[in-house]
Amino acid sequence: MARRVGIIGAAQTKYGRKPEMHLQDVAFEAVQKVLQKTGLKFTEDGSGIDATISCSQDHWDGWTISSKNVVNGGGGHLRPEEKVAEDGAYALYYAALCILGGHYDCILVVAHTKESQVDGRLIENSGLEPLYTRMLGLDFTSCAALQAKQYMHTYGISHEQCARVVIKNRGNAMHNPCAQAPEILTVDNVLGSPVLSEPIRLLDAKPTSDGACALIIGTEEKAKKWTDKPVWIEGLGCSYDRHYPGYRDLTDPLSLKEAARQAYGMAGISNPRGEIDLVELSEYYSFQELLWSEGLGLCEPGQGGRLIESGATQIGGEIPINPSGGLLSGIPVNVAGLNRAAEAAIQLKGEAGGRQVDGARTAVIHGAGGVCGQMHCVISVRREP
Amino acid sequence: MAHRKPTKYPDMFHLITPSKRLNVLSKDPFVAEGRLAMPYRYFPGPVATRFFVELRDNKRIMGIKCPDCGTVYVPVETTCGKCFVKTEEWIEVGNEGVLESYTATHYTIPVQPTPAPVIYGLIKLDGADTDLLHLLGEVDPQVLRVGTRMEAVFREKREGNILDIEYFRPAGNH
Repeated sequence: MARRVGIIGAAQTKYGRKPEMHLQDVAFEAVQKVLQKTGLKFTEDGSGIDATISCSQDHWDGWTISSKNVVNGGGGHLRPEEKVAEDGAYALYYAALCILGGHYDCILVVAHTKESQVDGRLIENSGLEPLYTRMLGLDFTSCAALQAKQYMHTYGISHEQCARVVIKNRGNAMHNPCAQAPEILTVDNVLGSPVLSEPIRLLDAKPTSDGACALIIGTEEKAKKWTDKPVWIEGLGCSYDRHYPGYRDLTDPLSLKEAARQAYGMAGISNPRGEIDLVELSEYYSFQELLWSEGLGLCEPGQGGRLIESGATQIGGEIPINPSGGLLSGIPVNVAGLNRAAEAAIQLKGEAGGRQVDGARTAVIHGAGGVCGQMHCVISVRREP
Repeated sequence: MAHRKPTKYPDMFHLITPSKRLNVLSKDPFVAEGRLAMPYRYFPGPVATRFFVELRDNKRIMGIKCPDCGTVYVPVETTCGKCFVKTEEWIEVGNEGVLESYTATHYTIPVQPTPAPVIYGLIKLDGADTDLLHLLGEVDPQVLRVGTRMEAVFREKREGNILDIEYFRPAGNH
């Protein structure tokens, strides 16, 4: 990249059901925390945050142009505010481009969602194309189950291997004070939990969650000035596949491979497994951590099951994945990708406490969206030694 | 949970009903019960219209072929995204095909067309290069296998939509 974009600070709410809170207050809490951490303010003269970019989704919030009713909580009153209606990783992607383009020097990125306000399966159903898929009554879990079945059948991935993802991530969350569902689980717990849509069981899916995440990013000059531990965004990539699941080979995440190719190319990463110290990826279902690991080039196609079994993806392993606890520990949609970025930044700043990956210098952030992972966003970050 | 058969996608108006629980002295959080639903007319365009008319009038499943890469799309699509060209050539594909994946969904949501468990499958019809996503019926999901041959069962009364195929069942056992 011609110029560098640095992550200055990150903050999050604790995740979990928040029936007592208005949406705006959820966003406000995360934003207030990141302002306190960084000491920055919303300003017009270049001495602080220039603009806000938010991420939320109309159907989840229950009104069109979802950001309009939470704009105050994001510091957008009488100021520039734009919304990205995709995963939070896309909001960060867009914010980084705004800085690279020279229009702003410092941007607050905030994502919020309260999943508990609605039956998310109806939101997902309404998100499906209406003529061929929506009428069948499908939602993202039933579609993901078709993907899981095909993936497990094609490569001989066992349900026990998928369960190990749940055990690892919910276990990692024991050290994450923001996590909703930290728990020590066994394979029997996962395989004995109620079936949602075969082969996906209750513990294979992320729980319903509310919360918000906020990040402040800036130009190289601003980042160096406002934090002594900047985390540099070095690679950015995003890609879409077809919407209709039957048009895709669900076992081969092409749009993830393409997003990774773009991001790794920018960052000069040729051997992701050897060069990356940790990965925060978006596993909405346990099997997806294995499939996305393959798409991110951390192992060969079909080897995701062996990767988790080898222990390489645990904290302390060769390539820790989701030391934060991942989505399976309870992160809302839309917030998911920005939470991955926040967790990666916390790791590279060395502030991850009990979940810290020792000496972590490089990380990959992965956001996903759409049915069966239609679109993917990959961002690579690095800190200076 | 009792099954609710959806006749249409729910009607819509923004309706906010103050909850009976609204009480300043209550310790429970206030809730404003709302509903998002609205009538909406989706115009399928001539290509998808022909696909649905063939289902309705002739019980035929049609595919459409990309002139560049030769992919036969079922259901039909006006554009091949890979080649960025219009698909043009109509091809009748079989009412039978191979099961590529399946699942039994055990929870109930009011938009499901049949009571839970709802069985779904991805079926690669003979002559198609893509999979059709649909309901499966007349089968115990425990005996299904990837690779099972399936056949379409059409509804008696067809309305020109994807549910004119009632479901797919294992082929040849009837």
